[in-house]
Amino acid sequence: MPPYDNDRVVVELTNPGWSQPEIHIPAGGGDGEPVQRIRVPAALRYRYNPGTAPTEFLLALANKKLVGGVCPETGDVYVPPRGVSPVVGRPTSGTVEIGPNGTVTTFCVVHIGFGVNAPPTPFVSALILPDGAAVSLYGTILEIPIEQVRTGMRLEPVWVDDDELTTSFENIKYWRPLDEPDVDPDLLKGHM
Amino acid sequence: MRDVAIVSVSQSTHQRSLDHLNEVEMIQPVIQGAFEQIDATIRDIDFVCSGSSDYLAGQAFSFVMSLDAVGAWPPMAESHVEMDGAWALYEAWLKIQSGHADTALVFAYSKASPGDLPRVLSRQLDPYYYGPLWPDSVAIAGLQARAMIDAGLTSEAAMAEIAHRNRTVALDNPHAQVKGSASIEELLAQPYLSDPLRVHDCPPISDGGVAVILAAGDKAHQWSKRPAWIRGLDHRVDSHNFGARDLTTSPSISIAADKAGVAHGKVDIAELCTPFTHQETIAVKALGLGDDCVVNPSGGPLAANPMMAAGLIRLGEVANRIMDGTADRGVAHATSGHCLQQNLIAVLEGEG
Repeated sequence: MPPYDNDRVVVELTNPGWSQPEIHIPAGGGDGEPVQRIRVPAALRYRYNPGTAPTEFLLALANKKLVGGVCPETGDVYVPPRGVSPVVGRPTSGTVEIGPNGTVTTFCVVHIGFGVNAPPTPFVSALILPDGAAVSLYGTILEIPIEQVRTGMRLEPVWVDDDELTTSFENIKYWRPLDEPDVDPDLLKGHM
Repeated sequence: MRDVAIVSVSQSTHQRSLDHLNEVEMIQPVIQGAFEQIDATIRDIDFVCSGSSDYLAGQAFSFVMSLDAVGAWPPMAESHVEMDGAWALYEAWLKIQSGHADTALVFAYSKASPGDLPRVLSRQLDPYYYGPLWPDSVAIAGLQARAMIDAGLTSEAAMAEIAHRNRTVALDNPHAQVKGSASIEELLAQPYLSDPLRVHDCPPISDGGVAVILAAGDKAHQWSKRPAWIRGLDHRVDSHNFGARDLTTSPSISIAADKAGVAHGKVDIAELCTPFTHQETIAVKALGLGDDCVVNPSGGPLAANPMMAAGLIRLGEVANRIMDGTADRGVAHATSGHCLQQNLIAVLEGEG
């Protein structure tokens, strides 16, 4: 955990250029102590509705399935579906099931983890192309040494336990290797 | 200066809540409508600019996802303003004036329904003095209405009359959300919402959007028999500090009107983005509009007020009336911030 200066998080990374500088408070006028901070609680609550097509995607996730939206002109399947084909700007012609297995299109090794659910570093974040989809989803790859991860590698999602399934993308805990031959990276061009 | 015109306008049928749709699903048919009216596609467009707000969406970079509705492939020139779409139109107009584009698609939208709009709008205030007090937007408008009444510039009855007129003409506006009005006497018998404002003095909370296509010179003639030429366009801002302003006047509207050349001819119609009844009185006076000018023939934002789109809709409503020949010269006004803080004025004209 980073050290705390009262309520201010001070991030200290090995590269000093990324760390936050000290604050110097100028002396105020008059006899009082300078004002160093004010506390202003700020919160706005939203009742967010994901929309028609994303709702189908989230409902499918609760059944351990992936669905995407079909472009009315090219037939390409976009995931997550948003109701509109992004390349032609027209409503998608419906949703179809894809994956859930997929292929690594690109990846990186993460050395600085953010968020409470981040795995121990270093770990691999990847873009994963579900079978039948035109674009990749974001995911974490585990159960393989990081130096063995490669573009074209076949993966399957690891789902949370059935009693923990919700309408959430977090139903996929992570992805792990499948014992299948790699896909030729040339076939993955344009599908990141 | 290049001759630039509005040649196509499309807008939602505004509603209190388009609960089942996300922003992309909501705005896509509107954009498609603007193209279909002139039988054009995104391939005919050199520049795209949009106006929307992440604070309304409750989502960071929400505008990036709404580009799905445009069909941004192959890659194209695009920009966004976290302002009313009227300012997106201003940016697009500059782009065309600079010679970097001949055509532009401008769109704006919001869903106010997911959040608590009057509280969300309080986040437009400065973060040190006003913001921490969380005054809601209706209460702030109430301060301005009170100042107007105290100065003898309006009255609760005059405000009710403005509400009655706008919502009555909205009966003829297929896109309006609030149509028709109780009698002025009945309105004045209603309780206060934020004294001296009653519910009828306030705009509805709306989900919706608008799309407009701009074109220069010959291209405008090709797409429209009678393009709505933008003859003047200017925007100005007053201080964000209420205490430093006379809330009963709008110097920024007056200056913008002067720069845009409002007084250089007869004004047939004016579409004013005055969401609260008393603000119409301020804008009419600041613009110097005469009795022969028809104000808000669409019903204005009192009939439908999709945030970020309501100002661009005003330009669209004037443009439509010029394109269909009902008016020869009109003024459109857009506003941002509280108490008419920031204002844009456009003068549109037909020819022949």
